[in-house]
Amino acid sequence: MRIIKNTVPIFYTAAAAWANPASQPLSPTNIFAPASTPADNISALSFLVLAVTGAIFLTVLCLLLYAIVRFREKPTSGLGEPAQVYGSTQVELAWTVIPVLVIVVLFLATVRVIASIQNATPPPGAVEVSVIGHQYWWEYHYAHSNVVTANELHVPVSNPAHPTPTFLTLLSADTDHSFWVPRLAGKTDLIPNHPNSTWIDPHETGLYLGQCAQYCGVEHAKMLLRVYVQTRDQFDHWLAQQSRPAVASDAVDAGRRTFESIACVNCHTIRGTAAVGKFGPDLTHLMSRDTIGAGAALNTPANLRRWIQNPNALKPGCLMPAMGLSDSQLDAVTAYMEALR
Amino acid sequence: MSTASITIGHASSERPPLVETLHQWVTTVDHKRLGVLYILYALIFLVFGGIEATIMRIQLIRPHNDFVSPEVFNRMFTMHGTTMIFFAAMPIVFGFANYLVPLMVGARDMAFPRLNAFSFWLSAFGGFLLYFSFLGGDGLYGAGNAPDVGWFAYAPLTSQTFSLGHSTDFWILAVFVSGLGSMGTAINIVATVLCMRCPGMTLGKMPLLAWLNLVMGGLVILSMSPLTAAQLMLLIDRYLGGHFFDAQAGGSAVLWMHFFWIFGHPEVYVLAIPAFAFASEIIPVFSRKAIFGYPVMVAATLAIGFISMSVWAHHMFTVGMTAAGNTFFVLSTMAIAVPTGIKIFNWLATMWGGKIQFRTPMLFCVAFLFQFLIAGLTGIMLSAAPFDWQLSGSYFVVAHFHYVIVGGILFTVFGAFYYWFPKMSGRMYNEALGKLHFWLFAIGFHLTFDFMHIPGLLGMPRRIYTYEPGRGWDIWNLIVTIGVFFQAAGTLVFLGNLLWSKWRGVAAGSDPWDAWTLEWSTASPPPAYNFAVLPEVRSRRPLWDLKHPEDPDWHYE
Repeated sequence: MRIIKNTVPIFYTAAAAWANPASQPLSPTNIFAPASTPADNISALSFLVLAVTGAIFLTVLCLLLYAIVRFREKPTSGLGEPAQVYGSTQVELAWTVIPVLVIVVLFLATVRVIASIQNATPPPGAVEVSVIGHQYWWEYHYAHSNVVTANELHVPVSNPAHPTPTFLTLLSADTDHSFWVPRLAGKTDLIPNHPNSTWIDPHETGLYLGQCAQYCGVEHAKMLLRVYVQTRDQFDHWLAQQSRPAVASDAVDAGRRTFESIACVNCHTIRGTAAVGKFGPDLTHLMSRDTIGAGAALNTPANLRRWIQNPNALKPGCLMPAMGLSDSQLDAVTAYMEALR
Repeated sequence: MSTASITIGHASSERPPLVETLHQWVTTVDHKRLGVLYILYALIFLVFGGIEATIMRIQLIRPHNDFVSPEVFNRMFTMHGTTMIFFAAMPIVFGFANYLVPLMVGARDMAFPRLNAFSFWLSAFGGFLLYFSFLGGDGLYGAGNAPDVGWFAYAPLTSQTFSLGHSTDFWILAVFVSGLGSMGTAINIVATVLCMRCPGMTLGKMPLLAWLNLVMGGLVILSMSPLTAAQLMLLIDRYLGGHFFDAQAGGSAVLWMHFFWIFGHPEVYVLAIPAFAFASEIIPVFSRKAIFGYPVMVAATLAIGFISMSVWAHHMFTVGMTAAGNTFFVLSTMAIAVPTGIKIFNWLATMWGGKIQFRTPMLFCVAFLFQFLIAGLTGIMLSAAPFDWQLSGSYFVVAHFHYVIVGGILFTVFGAFYYWFPKMSGRMYNEALGKLHFWLFAIGFHLTFDFMHIPGLLGMPRRIYTYEPGRGWDIWNLIVTIGVFFQAAGTLVFLGNLLWSKWRGVAAGSDPWDAWTLEWSTASPPPAYNFAVLPEVRSRRPLWDLKHPEDPDWHYE
């Protein structure tokens, strides 16, 4: 009895966590905790499919268990072979027609959801962002502005009454990638020379996590996604701040000169300076981001210094080489990075 | 009945020297010896693939583990997938087909014995070529050894730009060479079934195993050709300046996906249909009843073969097809559930009203029914394209296809091992060890693959060498890894049982299961010529007719 008393609440809590993940999150990437229309529609379809397949499972399982128990050979079964039955047209017709009907229902429900997600067009006021997959990070270009940022996507919250969804054009600079933030939408691949699109309209502000879902090379595992859903005011403020060129402070001039005199500028852009490389992430407002290395590490001064010294220590296999800087150069460049707010 | 040559064969009972025995095995064109070679070769690669899986699972036992480097992890999943599909699963089904089809259709050998040997050695060398990459793949220093592009090797990761060295070349050539071998064997199986049947055995009186292997052979020919062609195209891209898959030069990465999956999906049925064949032979014998609905079983198999050629792009729901394209592949994929469902119901109906004997082969087949049911139902979930947008590329998919390949196919293959081992070796296996193997493997299988679905639903993608804590994935990955050790223990018991029984098992006799098909009418192991006199049959169960002359099957068929 005590065992039952103790376990019942555990089951109850577990069930509650599944049913209402917002109150007690089972996982920040649970596909059954949707927070955006595409993920909502998918989740609703999923429950229908799960209910139908669950019913089929229970039916067949009962038949199988009954057959195993009832028809196993027993000492009382006697000698001789059981009656030989070679088939039955009626019965076989039944278990052909019934599955066909089930399939028709599932198919129609599925087609509705496909159309609702794939045929959506951007309403006026939609935010448009180009997402470019790189080995092993994400680049974002905001349409109708000069804002370019990396890895951490900012979008406005969408009020279902007056939706302001974000439409994403998905491109790749090298190999295949896949954009997957489970609570916002299903995944869509980023394929070179094959532009794709998807959209999200998050109903609640907050941070939504995800990661690359198509194997893209050594560091596929650390190509993480962070989507910051903000109120419209916060988002507009963020966008305005991001569109400004880098702050030029004399205090970090030594670091800036070091940065501009070595190979950093071949890959990185810092708007308003001589650095205009395109291969690596835009660093204009590096310090506005919470993480570095596409989520491989928190954006702290210590991590930043370690990253500049040897990126492979934090993310083995990443394409940024160790620059072989002296300690003083390292301090100067780190200080310069920390000034890029 | 006894001709001069047969008497001479029996007279030389002296054991030949080892070198001579080996020479006989290497130069053999006997379908039974080639079948055994295929099976032994597949078992070796099954162990290799298992070791690779174990390395991956140890790495994933907890977040931020550093048991292996990301490079090694990526090689492990590439080698595991390639090995298990091309060098374990396919040789096993070919091995059984080679061994059983001629015996069951009452023939003395396959239609083309030399092609048979040639095909086996092509496949075998393909496997060795793949594994030689551990030594020879390092084209440029630091470029790595074994291939690390994933078993479906999506372009453009396989281009010279992203795959330095020769590891990808080893992968291409290994799959290419073994693909040619597979096509040779498939042609042989089709020709044998169509042309080598004994007198009286019309198509409608063939054992289901022969029918299903005929469909499997056809599928191999249809699906292996595009894959083999694609390997050649990829080589041209890499070395002759072609641009088939080179997106930077106007080629198409999506083209490779189509080429791969027009092979990849029928391949599932290339493996599953022989598994259905084993179940269709084992379940009736241990239920002591004729298969329920033979004509419908044949029709369902043909339907599966036909539909399976038109479902490949359900592996590509996330690549940005149009709504119409997605809709077509939803429909075709869901449609395949109907003939598959018919099969499950017909096996159940075969057991219904029987006298079920739970010997080891039957245990594996009953577990197969249960597991294949679940695999089919998760398949329906994945066929609903929007649901797939969440599940595709996640651990849910990994759990699903392992449910098919391990829970469905490997379980019946184990069943087939125990069922036909007495025929192949002439000795009975150890029943207690067989049951121990079953329970260890079943427990391990369910610990690993039941719980593997959950991290997928919680957003864990496949092919990541490590993961972040705090995503709710930790406990599931721990359980999944624990299950692996049960499966490994079960496999060791299995191999031990095979070896022990081969040397110490009691003599099996020609028909230990009181079964009904022709292979049980000849000695165990069968002589080189199979049947001294070619049999003549009047029904699908010739030995039933022999044992029950008062109530033969041909009264009813």
